[in-house]
Parts: sequence; C-alpha cells; structure tokens
Amino acid sequence: MEILKKLPEKIRTIKNVDKIVVRFSGDSGDGMQLTGMQFTDTAALAGNDISTFPDYPSEIRAPIGTVAGVSGFQVHFGSTEIYTAGDSFDVLVAMNAAALKVDLPRLKKGGIIIANLQGFDKKNLMLAQYPEGVNPLEDNSLENYIVHEVDITKHTKECLADSGLGIKDIERSKNMFVLGLLFWKFDKTLDNTIQFIKEKFSKKPEIADANIKVLKAGWNYGDSAEIFTTQFKIAPAKLPSGTYRNITGNHAAAIGLIAASEKSGLPLFLGSYPITPATDILHDLSKYKSNGVKTFQAEDEIAAICSSIGASYTGSLAVTTTSGPGMSLKTEALGLAAMLETPLVVIDVQRGGPSTGLPTKTEQSDLLMAMHGRHGEAPLPVLATSSPSDCFETVYEACKIAVEHMTPVIVLSDGYIANGSEPWRFPAEKDLASINVKFLNEANGPDGKVLPYKRDENFVRPWIKPGTKSLEHRIGGLEKENETGNVSYNAKNHEIMTKLRADKVKHIQNFIPPAKVDNGNERGKLLVLGWGSTYGAIKTAVKEAIDEGFDVAHIHLRYINPLPKNLGWLLFRFEKVLIPEMNSGQLLQLIRGEFLIPATGLSKVQGLPFTTAEIKERIIRMS
Amino acid sequence: METLILDNEKLNPKDFSSGMDVKWCPGCGDYSILKQVQTIFPDLGVEKEKFVFISGIGCSSRFTYYMDTYGIHSIHGRAAAIASGVKAANPDLDVWIVSGDGDAFSIGGNHFIHLMRKNFNVNYLVFNNQIYSLTKGQYSPTSERGKITKSSPFGTIEEPFNPSELALGAKASFVSRTLDRDPKHMQSILKRAHQHKGTSFVEVYQNCPVFNDGTFFAYSDKETKKEAALFLENAKPLIFGNNDDKGIRLDGLTPVLVDLNSNGYSVDDLWIHDEKDKTKANLISRFFDTSFNGTYFPRPFGVIYAEERPVYEENMEHQIEEVETKKGKIPLSKILSGDKTWNII
Repeated sequence: MEILKKLPEKIRTIKNVDKIVVRFSGDSGDGMQLTGMQFTDTAALAGNDISTFPDYPSEIRAPIGTVAGVSGFQVHFGSTEIYTAGDSFDVLVAMNAAALKVDLPRLKKGGIIIANLQGFDKKNLMLAQYPEGVNPLEDNSLENYIVHEVDITKHTKECLADSGLGIKDIERSKNMFVLGLLFWKFDKTLDNTIQFIKEKFSKKPEIADANIKVLKAGWNYGDSAEIFTTQFKIAPAKLPSGTYRNITGNHAAAIGLIAASEKSGLPLFLGSYPITPATDILHDLSKYKSNGVKTFQAEDEIAAICSSIGASYTGSLAVTTTSGPGMSLKTEALGLAAMLETPLVVIDVQRGGPSTGLPTKTEQSDLLMAMHGRHGEAPLPVLATSSPSDCFETVYEACKIAVEHMTPVIVLSDGYIANGSEPWRFPAEKDLASINVKFLNEANGPDGKVLPYKRDENFVRPWIKPGTKSLEHRIGGLEKENETGNVSYNAKNHEIMTKLRADKVKHIQNFIPPAKVDNGNERGKLLVLGWGSTYGAIKTAVKEAIDEGFDVAHIHLRYINPLPKNLGWLLFRFEKVLIPEMNSGQLLQLIRGEFLIPATGLSKVQGLPFTTAEIKERIIRMS
Repeated sequence: METLILDNEKLNPKDFSSGMDVKWCPGCGDYSILKQVQTIFPDLGVEKEKFVFISGIGCSSRFTYYMDTYGIHSIHGRAAAIASGVKAANPDLDVWIVSGDGDAFSIGGNHFIHLMRKNFNVNYLVFNNQIYSLTKGQYSPTSERGKITKSSPFGTIEEPFNPSELALGAKASFVSRTLDRDPKHMQSILKRAHQHKGTSFVEVYQNCPVFNDGTFFAYSDKETKKEAALFLENAKPLIFGNNDDKGIRLDGLTPVLVDLNSNGYSVDDLWIHDEKDKTKANLISRFFDTSFNGTYFPRPFGVIYAEERPVYEENMEHQIEEVETKKGKIPLSKILSGDKTWNII
C-alpha cells in the first residue's frame, strides 16, 4: 500500500506488546460501533485473538453530547489467548467530553487517551455536566495518562474541503479518521476497511471515496504528526492451527440454525418479533432466502412462537428468537409446545430485567424462568451458550435435541455474547453431528390406528406431518390419554403423562456429553462452576489463580436441564463450590436444590459482565 | 400400506367424523355448523389428509376434536397465529381456523386483524354467540351494550365490535356472514369461503341455548326473518321484506330504504350488490347498529366483500424463488466460513 511506503522523517519507536484493550467511546451518532467492528475485523484478520464488547444506550439517538448518549465499543486483542473484552483499557478514544467522563474510570493508569478536541468545547463540556470553567484536557486532572488531543473534526473537514460533500456527510466521516489513526498506532493495514467501505457505499462512490480519503488521512496523521511517536505491534496469536473467521454470537446462532436445517434436511422456519438484543438473528436469517429459509416477522411475541409451533407441526425446524420481555409473553405457548411435544427451539438473548429493564445491557437473570416459567409442570431442556462462537454449537445442539426428542428447547444467550465477537475456528460441514429425523408414515397402532403419543424407548413420540395419508389425528393443549392422544381427564392418566413428559426430558442426559473440568484438577479445594457468558472471565481468573499456585478448577455448563449425569460426582470432589452469575444466584439455587451442597454464589447485577479481577479476588478469598 | 379409501372413491360426510363423543350442550348451534362443514367437505375436491383444523379455546374450539382431519386444539386466541405458521410452512395444506367471538375478537384480536391483513389462504370461521359460554356466561366483545350477564349484573357499559366492519378495517379480502339455523345458506357460504383464495372470514351467528338463547332467532324465524335479514347475492338488488317489497337504494353514499309498492320506486332503482366494491361493502357492513338518517337497516347475510389479491404464503414462496434464482443457494461451507478468513499454521 502506497502510504505505508512513505518514510516519515520523525523518529518513532515500535513496541511489541502481548495484548491491548482499546475502547472507542463517543456519541451514539459518532459511529463508534462501526469503527470498533472494523478495527476488530482487521485485528482478527491479522491473526490476533480478540474479544469485543459493544456497550451502547438503548436510545437510537440519545441527546447529543450527554453522558446518557455515550456509545462504547471495547476490543481486547492480543498475541495470547483472549477470553474477555478486558477489565480496563489501555487506550481510550474519547470523541467528546461525555465519553471521557463515562469511561475514564476504567482506563489504566498511564493509559493513552485520544481526545477529539472539538468534542471538548464549551457546549460539550456543559452537556457532559463538567462544572463551569472545568475542562479535563486543561486542568492537569489527566496527568497520570498520556493524552493526545487531536482536532479530528478539523482534520476531517480539511481533508474533505474539496469533496463537494455537505457538512453533515463530512462530519459523519470523522470516525474514519480515528480508525485510520488507530490502525497506524497498532501497525495494521487499511486494506480490509477500504474494501468494506467500497462495498458498503458501492452505490455512492463519492461517499466511499471521502471515507477512504479520511481513513488514509488518519493513518498519515499518525505517521507524520509529532505527537505520535510510539507504534504498538501485536504479533498474531498462537491459536490452534486451522482456518478462522470473526463471528458475533447472534450471527453464530443464525448460522447454527441454518447448519442444523441443512444437516437434518428440515426446512427452517423462524417466527420472531424484533427485540433487543436478539433482533440480529432475525436480520441475519432473513438474508438467507437463497437457502429457502422462511422468516416470519409476526405481529407480536406470542404470534412469533405460535407461528413457529404451527410450522413445527408441519415438519419444519421451527425457531423463535427473543429476549426477556418476549420470553415472558411466550410462556403460555411454550407450555402448549411442551404439551403437544413438538420440536421447537427458543433462543432467549437475555438482557437486564425485570420488565423493560436494561434493554442493551447484559444479564443472566432468565435462567429460573427458562427452567420453571410455565404453569403446570412442563420441564424443558435448557442450554446456555458461553461465548460468541459457542452460540453456533449450542444452537446446533439445541436443534438436534428438539427434533430427536420431540421437545421445545430453550437456549440462553445474552447481550454480551450476542453482540460480542471472537475468532472462530469454524467446523467443516462434514464434522457436524448428524441429526436424525423420522416422520411417521404409516399407522403405528393396531387395526391401522394412529397413536400419536406412543413413545419409543427414549419416551419420544412420533412426528407426524399433516398431509400424510390415513394418519389424521388431533392434538391439543388438553391433557391427553397415553398413546392415543385423545382428551382425557382421568386422574391416573394425568399423573402418568406428567411423569412421561418429565422422563423424556430427563432421559436426554443419556445423549449429552459429561461435564468436564475446563481448567485445573478433577479434585481439590475450590471449584468455580459457571454457565453462559461468564466463561471468559472465569476462565481467565482461574487460569491466573492456578498460575499463582491456588488450588482451583473451573467447570462450565452448557446443559442446565438436564444436567450432565456426572456433575454431582464432580461437585462432591471439591471442598467448596463458587458459582459466579450475573443475577442474584439462580444456578446457585438449582445446584443447591439438586445436590444439597453448600455452594457459594458471587453475583453481579449491574448490566455489565464480570471482570476477571472480581472473580479472581473471590477465588483468592475463598482459598 | 393399503389405503382404505381409493383415491377416486368419493368421501362422504361420515368420513369426516372423528367418532369422538360430541360434548356441546343439547340444542347448541355448533352442531349445525359441524354438520354443514362435514356435509360440504367431500365436495371440496381436497384430499382428506390435507385438511388441517386449528382452533383456540372456547366451546367453538372443541370443533377440531370432532373432525377426522389433522388438527390442533391450541390455546386461547392463538389459532390464527398458529395457522399462519402452518400455512407459511406448508402452503399445500387446506387450513381452517375455528374460533368464537371471545377467542377471535378479544384475547385473539391482534392475531385476527393481522391475519386479515396478511391474507394467508385460509378459512376463518368465527362462531359468534355474543356471550362467553365455556366460562359460563360473561359478556363478550360482541355482546350488545347494556347486556346483563354474570359479569355485568347492571348491564355492560361498552360498545360491541361489529365483526364485518372490523374485518374490512383490517383489510380482509373476504367478509361474510351466515347463521346456524340456515343450513343451506351456511353450506353455500362455506363453499364460497373455501373457493376464495385468501383469508376467508365467515362470521356464523350461533345460538347458545344456555347463556344467550334466541339472540339471532329474528334472522331465522319465519315470521321475522324476511323483515330483519337481508340476504345478499352478487349482482342482485338489495331486496327484503315479507313480500319482497322493500329495497335499499343509494342516494350518493347514503343508503335509503324504499317501499317498492309506493313512491314509484321499482327494482331498477335499487342498489345492486357488488362484492368487489369496497365502499359499498363498508356501508353494508354498517347495517348493524348504525342508523342512516334515523333508519336502521336489516342485518346482512351472505358475502359482503370478496377481493382477489396475492396471498402471503405465495408471496413468501415467490420471494424465496426469486432470491434463489438471482443469488443461487449459498453452500453451507460458505455460510460457515463467511467472507473473510485467515489461517493459523
């Protein structure tokens, strides 16, 4: 690339570092999410391990310049294995005063601040509610940090002065200046982003040109401005060999569904209603019409799950995606699906609750609802994803269980996983587990009778598609007679059916892998038991503690109902069990109830993921 | 497996009886509806295994259990939503939704209006008895204002829905009304509904002998029927009355009731029913509780409105085919890898 060849006269040093956390922080309209994602893609393509954390307000455009409107994108990348988006940052890009105010507390001492000068004018300082006359860039309050004040707005305007673009379009390009500057700072190429810009604005070449120009200007600015003397180099990570891609949790979930559809031979149907932070799965799947995927944006959450039940009845791989409030609305229909014993995958991308709660913030507080949130006794398999790429496998597994065991399955993801991304050594098509689907094509009872609730050795009833000749039958929400499926109010029969439905789910234990220790020994002083998106923070904390000589191990659960058969055996091999959760202790209740052990909880209900330090501190205290 | 019924052997109504004990109250209007449906089904030219009944909750919704077809007796209000999924996933099936006034217009109101708008090719029968029967006698969203029921001992204080007006407002492509005590009429409307490509809304006035007996008798009793009811036929004038001596003409956009024996009006002056005219259909739908210049009009029965327009499931299939043709199927390996990958050795 031309600009890379240009040899600057200034003296610069290149520092090699293992890992870096950068936080892009600005106004909701400053394009920080896009900037962060572009930076991430390039870092990933350069072979760094990464973990990202988009952190934005629920308003589309909160009042400009205010603390409420700050949108952040955090990326942790390195040459070593990365499991979290980082407890604190090394570099903070602050597009305005509000961004600095919000994110400064988590910037490491000695960290770098790149401040957009015009974002610290009188108006912005006032909007960020700094006291009158106080400007953090001028009052020595940042003396513990390396501050680079850059007049990004001015440079962008100068760069595009002859572009013929309006002031709005010009202003909108300033995030590209930042991105270019950061690419210089971390010695990354611009190629990937240039390609991205060209594709994104293929129909507006003047906008594409402008953005590329500003991107390059940012890079050149870093290369030539006297204030920037140090570049950081992060070598590619030593990950297991193979081919990698970068992936977010929601996208991994979407393609997990497509993969399950193709491997099972079942058409994919998604009934969904838009809700943060699950909507991207609907967006993604609606793009795959080319593969016959049917997406149905229903009139509400209830219709979303009900249409999926209808599609499942006809023999589709049926899915509904949602978040907490939608999950609440779906519970009655989920009970129907449990009663009908029809396959269905429900993906709940959890967010802060109750009620509307914290729509864009993360939490793990729907676990007990997933377990018990239905009237009557309606146990269902519950699986949890532990990282963005793990969404693929977990969702794939959920599909397999749903169609092979004729049951709705709940998958719990959360906002952190859904929007976060990481490198993924994706599987080859042939390595995906087979999904075996059988439809009943002829009568399974005496005298040509169809018995829709006659079960196999795994308590699984047959799947019968309407349209199959001579197998007409009715199913419904009323209690049904064992085998025939006819309505029955018989007392004993109800007890038998309740037990059969529960046994069917329990029996899935025989088809799931045993729990295994992720890190540490299979016996010892302290076990940290986790589920869901706490994986990275627990893994890192346990790893560090083990390295420092503590006797601690880590088990992470994907299958929460039924639990792996060997889990009890494993738990009893440890003196203490610690369960960190982003709720007030929900898995804790389940584990205590199931195994009668005095497990200890560590809870965080702040709409934010655990930091490694928080977990490590507790490990040390309990050791 | 041997099929018991040869393909070319015509089915008869009994073939559509599931053989389960029918448990509606004696004298319930639902029996007539079940009978008319079973009577016309062999004539519809559809393979038996393709029929699917989806119902919600309420007396009406037990219907599913009595038909020897595929079916789901689901949850309260959600039949339309489930049927949407059935039809979207398999457009080949012949889908019938059975619901009541509470199930369709109250707890399932949202699904009702959106189904009308989306226009899946399904049939939606609403047994309207203007009362909640399965919960033993509370007012429904179609109960007349002031109705005394167990939950309104001093009379209801709310306006009822006019179902055909509601359906038209929700962009229904087929709006009709019939009644349990007129088997012939019901059969003809059911056939028309089935013939119509799109969501066919059939409101069936259904007598509840236990909690709301006789509400609709005026429209079926010999003595009152001809004055109280207006039986619509396409391309025919709007005539009613004991001696077919009354008609309705249009004065601009105002319906006017005329006496054919006086004032010099003849049949030629009357409004000719045109099922495809939405403006007129809107007016007819309001022959309910709306008076025009102080005159109330007889209750219309028959096909109020019928419009051919694309159906949802076909639009869905077409779009998929279009994109498939244009872009081609993306191999799973490509979906797994995405556009940008890198190798680590």
